[in-house]
Amino acid sequence: MKIVTSAITIACLAATGALAADHGACAAGKTLEEGMLTIATGNPAFYPWVLNDAPESGEGFEAAVAYAIAEAMGFAPEQVQWVRTSFDEAIQPGAKNFDFNMQQYSITEDRDRMVDFSLPYYSSAMAVLTTEGVVEETGATPEIAGMKDLRWGAMAGTTAMPILMDLIAPNSDPLLYGDNADVTAAMQAGQIDAALFDLPTALYLSAVVVDGGKILGQFPADRTESPDQFGLLMEEGSPLKECVDAAMTELTESGTLAAIEAQWLQDATGVPVIQ
Amino acid sequence: MTETHGTVSAAPAVRPTRRATYEARVRRRSTTVAALSTAAVLLAVVVLVPMAPGWEAVKRSFFDAEVFARTFPGLLNAFLLDIAIFAWCAPLIALTGLAIALCRDVRSPALFPLRMFGAVYTDIFRGLPVILVVYLIGFGIPGLGLPRPWNSPYIWGSLALILVYSAYVAEVIRSGIDSIHQSQRSAAASLGLSEADTMRYVVLPQALRNVMPANMNLLIALQKDVALLSFIGPVEIFRQAGVYKSLMANFTPYVGAALIFLAITIPATRYADYLLNRQRRRQR
Amino acid sequence: MTGKLSLRGVRKSFGDTEVIRGIDLDVGEGEMVCLIGASGSGKSTLLRCINLLEPVDDGTIRLDGVDIAEPGLDPRPVRRRIGIVFQSYNLFPHMTAAENAMLAPRRVHGRDRAALMGPVTALFRRFGLADRMDHYPDQLSGGQQQRVAIIRALAMEPEIMLFDEITSALDPELVGEVLDVLRQLHRDGMTMILATHEMGFARELADKVCFLDGGVILEQGPPSSLFSAPSQQRTRAFLSRVL
Ligand SMILES: Nc1ncnc2c1ncn2[C@@H]1O[C@H](COP(=O)(O)OP(=O)(O)OP(=O)(O)O)[C@@H](O)[C@H]1O
Ligand SMILES: [Mg+2]
Repeated sequence: MKIVTSAITIACLAATGALAADHGACAAGKTLEEGMLTIATGNPAFYPWVLNDAPESGEGFEAAVAYAIAEAMGFAPEQVQWVRTSFDEAIQPGAKNFDFNMQQYSITEDRDRMVDFSLPYYSSAMAVLTTEGVVEETGATPEIAGMKDLRWGAMAGTTAMPILMDLIAPNSDPLLYGDNADVTAAMQAGQIDAALFDLPTALYLSAVVVDGGKILGQFPADRTESPDQFGLLMEEGSPLKECVDAAMTELTESGTLAAIEAQWLQDATGVPVIQ
Repeated sequence: MTETHGTVSAAPAVRPTRRATYEARVRRRSTTVAALSTAAVLLAVVVLVPMAPGWEAVKRSFFDAEVFARTFPGLLNAFLLDIAIFAWCAPLIALTGLAIALCRDVRSPALFPLRMFGAVYTDIFRGLPVILVVYLIGFGIPGLGLPRPWNSPYIWGSLALILVYSAYVAEVIRSGIDSIHQSQRSAAASLGLSEADTMRYVVLPQALRNVMPANMNLLIALQKDVALLSFIGPVEIFRQAGVYKSLMANFTPYVGAALIFLAITIPATRYADYLLNRQRRRQR
Repeated sequence: MTGKLSLRGVRKSFGDTEVIRGIDLDVGEGEMVCLIGASGSGKSTLLRCINLLEPVDDGTIRLDGVDIAEPGLDPRPVRRRIGIVFQSYNLFPHMTAAENAMLAPRRVHGRDRAALMGPVTALFRRFGLADRMDHYPDQLSGGQQQRVAIIRALAMEPEIMLFDEITSALDPELVGEVLDVLRQLHRDGMTMILATHEMGFARELADKVCFLDGGVILEQGPPSSLFSAPSQQRTRAFLSRVL
């Protein structure tokens, strides 16, 4: 036991030492373009993950994480370039135009068969977005029993749908939409009462986009079953994965990741937990 | 009529004529040639495609048997919604299209506004992409503040399909009406039939029969465009396939959906062609 | 007395071309009048004017003394009383022979199918088509189709029948069966106007023959005098070409 531990310690020390001595060695020859790191984000990229749809600024949670990881891998900010992809482009077979893709991809076993994920950079709580009007009308409270009768919506491409069926199991079939804007349009048109989003997105939508928007409650990230964790998406069998994971471990252990989260994501302790 | 021709040529126990023997030989030869060339093409596809360097990746992404088995029942189930939407839209489209076509044919000056309405209607709805109409009507009208259940995306999405498709159907029917020779109207008028009766009993039955194949093609297009309703919420097969695709990061569910669509549209297309051919024979 | 039908100064133009240029014509009850003349002389147009398929520009058409050419008058009651049969039959192809004959009486006179069956069957039997009632037009020969077209017009029980070259689209051996129909009608006392190229038939049955030329009736009279001693040079020229 002792031997094993010390072996790991030595290995880690050696690794850090190597990183310190020769930043970027682990990524050498493994990126699309030598000496450059190509990162993909959505088109457009949404608040609060990327501010003003401008990832180059490093503002916004994912943009900031991206530059931190790049640095840990030995890339200076000017060695980072951005591309845009849709979800489908990220998973289609054939050569990719990015080293890793970052747009709130939840890590799931099914997806992992087809693509590679890094270690998670964020564990997302899920939150229920609704409107003041609905709360007044239906008397909805942050309790699962009372939420079953609501008319539910979600974004089609996300893991929100299985989580919704899993945690809430609504009485009528949920309606699904292609993007945030359509979900909120349906909510504004009174076609749905509530929608399930990751918490940061829900906070943003309720504060800025939906008239009279309200967060009914959250399912905390550390709930036992199917936690929703975001990872960087890479081509299946990507040679870069090891290097990215090492950087991610370093950022997590040094507390850098937590600091970035505190800076860019709103504190959600005020949101009631759904019973 | 046609049956009699069939029985005559198939009469048994008659020695084949020289011509019949010759034609049988030609037929046999062309069947053989067709079979050989089809086999060659299939062979090339089966052998060459897997030799492409990306084939393994494509196979995993598009033709994953396990994913297919897991998602196919769900897709079939979602397809029921497509069928339901189609089933209630199609008759309403037929009625609206007919009404609009008749509007465009009115001759009395008092009804000129009706005629103009028909023209404007078809111009507008044929000029817009279906998806745009689905969005505008599916979100726009309920957004005015209708109470439930009157703001349902099923109602307004269907209305969008009905508006667009009835514009096309109206044009098809109108061309059918125009194709009926003036002498038919003359004959009806000479018997003292009113304009309305002439339309209903003389012109329309012939016109509708003439445009049946064209309308069948519109029906097939409608069957596919029902999927556009998924943009405003309903989880029909196209959306369901998209959900499976993102959850599994695999395109196989789309292949499943395509197969289900084809299982419906290919027979329908064949049937439309059959109608068209019969039509041509009649008119000869 | 002017008789059943009486035209005075009837004129009709299509655009700038005047096709009927002042026609006077009297047809007595039960008479058969034949219109002859070169192609384009206006025979069809005149017939179409008489049952108001074409509105006349000027002049009067009196039916039993009442002017039916009055502009603005509803033409439908008149058309019920005056039947017309066209050169090209114009049967409704999507209906059987019997349905063709019953449509107008049902819709215009409001009779039901059962009540019509008797008289319509009688008409088909009378013209030798009893076994063709359930056939569609494209299952009938030209002569049979033309007879169905006549039956269709007769089923409305018209007072006058107009026939526009009804045999000229037929094979020669089919002409006879259609002319037989006309003979029967004449015997039964039907008032008829007939545009025709069948000079032999006109000579045999017509009470009066009118020679149309350039939209006017150049000469008219009983067939005996008009065919054997035409008074006009142009009539003579026409007759010498067709006889
Ligand atoms: N709807 C119409 N519009 C314009 N001109 C017409 C129309 N109908 C007939 N005409 C013209 O009127 C003239 C007389 O035509 P009509 O059909 O009455 O002649 P017809 O004596 O019946 O000839 P045919 O023996 O060839 O049938 C012709 O010059 C024809 O071109
Ligand atoms: Mg004529």
